[in-house]
Amino acid sequence: MTTDITKENPEAAAVPPPGAAPAENGPKKVPQGHKRLLTRRDRITLGFMAGVPTILHIALVWVTALASIALAFTTWDGIGFDSIKWVGLQNFKELFTNNPQFWPAVEHNVIWFVVLIVIPTPLGLFLAVQLDKKIRFSRVYQTAFFLPVVLSMAVIGFVWQLIYNPDTGLINSIIGANEPGKYIDWIGDPDLNLWAILVAASWRHTGYMMILYLAGLKGVDPSLREASALDGANEWQTFKNVIFPTLRPTNTVVLVVTIIEALRCFDLVFVFNKGAEGTELLSILVTNNIIGESSRIGYGSAIAVVLLLISLVVIIPYLVATFRKERRA
Amino acid sequence: MSTPTATLGKQRTPVRPGRILLHLFLASMALVWIAPLAWAIYSALRPYSETSEKGYVSWPDTLNFDNFTNAFTQSDMSHYFVNTMIIAVPAVLLTLFLSSMVAFYVSRFDFRVNLALLLVFTAGNLLPQQVIITPLYRLYLLIDLPGITMSGKLYDSALGLVLIHVAFQSGFCAFVLSNYMRSLPHELTEAALVDGASVWRQYWQIVLPLCRPAMAALGTLLSIWIYNDFFWALVLISTGENMPITSALNNLTGAYFTDPNLVAAGALLTAIPTLIVYFVLQRQFVSGLTLGANKG
Repeated sequence: MTTDITKENPEAAAVPPPGAAPAENGPKKVPQGHKRLLTRRDRITLGFMAGVPTILHIALVWVTALASIALAFTTWDGIGFDSIKWVGLQNFKELFTNNPQFWPAVEHNVIWFVVLIVIPTPLGLFLAVQLDKKIRFSRVYQTAFFLPVVLSMAVIGFVWQLIYNPDTGLINSIIGANEPGKYIDWIGDPDLNLWAILVAASWRHTGYMMILYLAGLKGVDPSLREASALDGANEWQTFKNVIFPTLRPTNTVVLVVTIIEALRCFDLVFVFNKGAEGTELLSILVTNNIIGESSRIGYGSAIAVVLLLISLVVIIPYLVATFRKERRA
Repeated sequence: MSTPTATLGKQRTPVRPGRILLHLFLASMALVWIAPLAWAIYSALRPYSETSEKGYVSWPDTLNFDNFTNAFTQSDMSHYFVNTMIIAVPAVLLTLFLSSMVAFYVSRFDFRVNLALLLVFTAGNLLPQQVIITPLYRLYLLIDLPGITMSGKLYDSALGLVLIHVAFQSGFCAFVLSNYMRSLPHELTEAALVDGASVWRQYWQIVLPLCRPAMAALGTLLSIWIYNDFFWALVLISTGENMPITSALNNLTGAYFTDPNLVAAGALLTAIPTLIVYFVLQRQFVSGLTLGANKG
């Protein structure tokens, strides 16, 4: 079958040892066993197998991301390509100095992240540590805490509206604030609504973090725990000095997931109050420039670029660390 | 939390007070966690006339499923469920198919581009959707597909949604599956190569069947994610009729779902499929979420 023989060609598909990433520098890896040779047909097959998904992914995700950057320096009404005009940094200038919603949106995205990382994340870790103790009903508890993660953000938004609605909601009905004059407007009041939504977001995030930490804890070597107990460490000392340091990989994932969630948050707020005053977010501002009353493509793209830059600050170091580790493995 | 003093004695008494405290804590937390959903169910089971008269925090006189049946029939919900199926089923299958091919390529062959390819896919999946939505929306308006989609464009079509779901989610799946495939013993494909099996056969008949657990986990996860998608459909679909159920919900409230009890029933109805999948395939769902995370 093998017709296309390429002996010293580096392109020849050598089957790598498990876990190996391509070694570009350093001592050339000696392929295990004998070098594998592929037929021409195999090469074409492989080309398609990798090519089709890659083209689709790059065209719809990366080309559009780059187009966002390009469009951020233009104005365009979307009608015909002739109307695209280069305006340099005009969009950014206007955004930073002349948009009453921009800085509040940045602030809200930051608050969103800080709240998620300070309240539901440690709570999820705490629940995971408790549920990891081989207690009875562990599954039942897990199911309850994890339930919100399965629901769509839209449904979560509607469910929490039933709690926060000033007229008919659970909270105001209980505390008697559902009569005219005594209203507490959890959804409309700009001083309250972000915090009200963050309660709902935390409700979901806790279960998510719990599951990630539970998986991390399953990977902790039980002998570490025993050794620590033999040394006379109490539960908290064992956790602090032995368990938590070994959870480092999980902590990294948790941090990345939380930052990305904080940048992406959209559905919940949109369903809750459409990003009204007090709950502006970068994602909402971008979307308002598409489906909102004003369709300003260049301007919306400038906001998207800000979002992109913030996310790259997180994504790049994370990927570098992940793939470096993989290469070493 | 069990206090250190409770366990310091080291005598294994049959009933440990720490454990009871822990169970009390966890049980009350679990109740608090279920409370918002329970409240939604309770509201949905009560007729509007009763709650508007007695208030929402009151003992029920009647509990029935009228709100659920009304929400389902008034808004023609089955139509939107069908829309979702038309989008979600092809999207899940295609994502699994394409990402497993990339993963196979990246993990079983030592090509130079592998690392770069995996980086592109993984990074793409981490981008916020709003970064790409403006050009994507324009692109979808530009692409004419007369006769292929109902709208004649990629915009406002199920095909457009399927494509963006596949493109976006394949990043995560390629990453997870390539890690999984790397852990498979290499002797498997080596033996096949010696026997002269083509690359396609190695993929389809040897590697893919071994990836069944990972594929099942990812399939469950993807189904729920795509079913729950709100954003893509909100922006890329203009006709209310064409919306999948999760995004349609937003239009239906107000138009058909007039009172909070009906809204609650409508929202809960859309959650039912995900809840069924979750309860039946909980193990798959959770392992799918943690498959990617563990390796990170």
